[in-house]
Amino acid sequence: MSFINYSSREINCKIVYYGPGLCGKTTNLQYVYRKTNPDQKGKLISLATETERTLFFDFLPLALGDIKGFKVRFHLYTVPGQVFYAASRKLILKGVDGVVFVADSQIERMEANMESLDDLKINLAEQGYDLDKLPYTVQYNKRDLPNVAPIENMNKLLNPRNIPSFEAVAVTGPGVFETLKNVAKQVLVELKKHY
Amino acid sequence: MSGSDLVMYEEEFGKIDEELQRLYIQTSAKVVFLVDKNGQLIASAGETHDIDTTSLASLTAGNIAATGGIARLLGEKEFTILFHEGEKDNIHISLIGQRIILVVIFDSRSSLGLVRLRVKKVSEALTRIFNDIAAKSEREKSEGKIDESPFAEISDEDIDNLFR
Repeated sequence: MSFINYSSREINCKIVYYGPGLCGKTTNLQYVYRKTNPDQKGKLISLATETERTLFFDFLPLALGDIKGFKVRFHLYTVPGQVFYAASRKLILKGVDGVVFVADSQIERMEANMESLDDLKINLAEQGYDLDKLPYTVQYNKRDLPNVAPIENMNKLLNPRNIPSFEAVAVTGPGVFETLKNVAKQVLVELKKHY
Repeated sequence: MSGSDLVMYEEEFGKIDEELQRLYIQTSAKVVFLVDKNGQLIASAGETHDIDTTSLASLTAGNIAATGGIARLLGEKEFTILFHEGEKDNIHISLIGQRIILVVIFDSRSSLGLVRLRVKKVSEALTRIFNDIAAKSEREKSEGKIDESPFAEISDEDIDNLFR
């Protein structure tokens, strides 16, 4: 649910990074934070446990620039990936405008990926959203590791509709901005349809 | 995302701002602000310059969302008021019309009783304004005024430019 403010001439949109535990959602946000100009970003807020696992969410506000005199702001959120934080995970999806599903490319994490994707669909449905109708991008993360599944296999399992997908290594950056740019673009195109 | 988007117009924004300014003065608060349930800051009044209002807005909404989750587990519809007491500053958070969050940050110059009383009064006024906004936004959509919207003309190039 985007927020359009004609008074301050701002558009605010919410993008949520979803995926199984330890797939690199927070790492995506940290990379975006590191590589963005100070005047374009706010603080990166992480509500994490002592062992740096996301407890509730991470939050990064980004002001990308202007479109037709309107300041465009994206609020990036991650969900806690660990299975037992299901209740908190649901809350973050409220009012979402676009979703990035971060999949862990390691073969042994395929089941966790699929479980998380199902969880995403269920949680969206509970809020009255349909993943097939939302701006949505898939990221295959950790492509630098030796034991990764082939992209074709991952596409078959996690992306049967063949929506835009990106290979990434969130720790060092490849694919991170490509993913964000793609979902942001979809969000703005969707906005254009409605207004 | 369709119908539930929040659209704020100049006229209503002025009215909201007026209500917040009044509340700010009447409660002798430090800061008063209004947040959408999804964490977007709508308006604020008071000493906001050394406060990161964007983060505050997002965390407040997270707080309300978590409390709402607890409420449902207990069979309550919602807890409409949250109060956090600090050594110097206190924060009073209330849910207005199921959709908007009103936050008042105050210190010893004010009191919880005063804040509660004034918040209750301003809540009614704000509910009316937000109902008007929803009605107006629906009306404009059905009347097809959307064509005049600046977003109708967003080009791919505009979007690409954002990421240069």
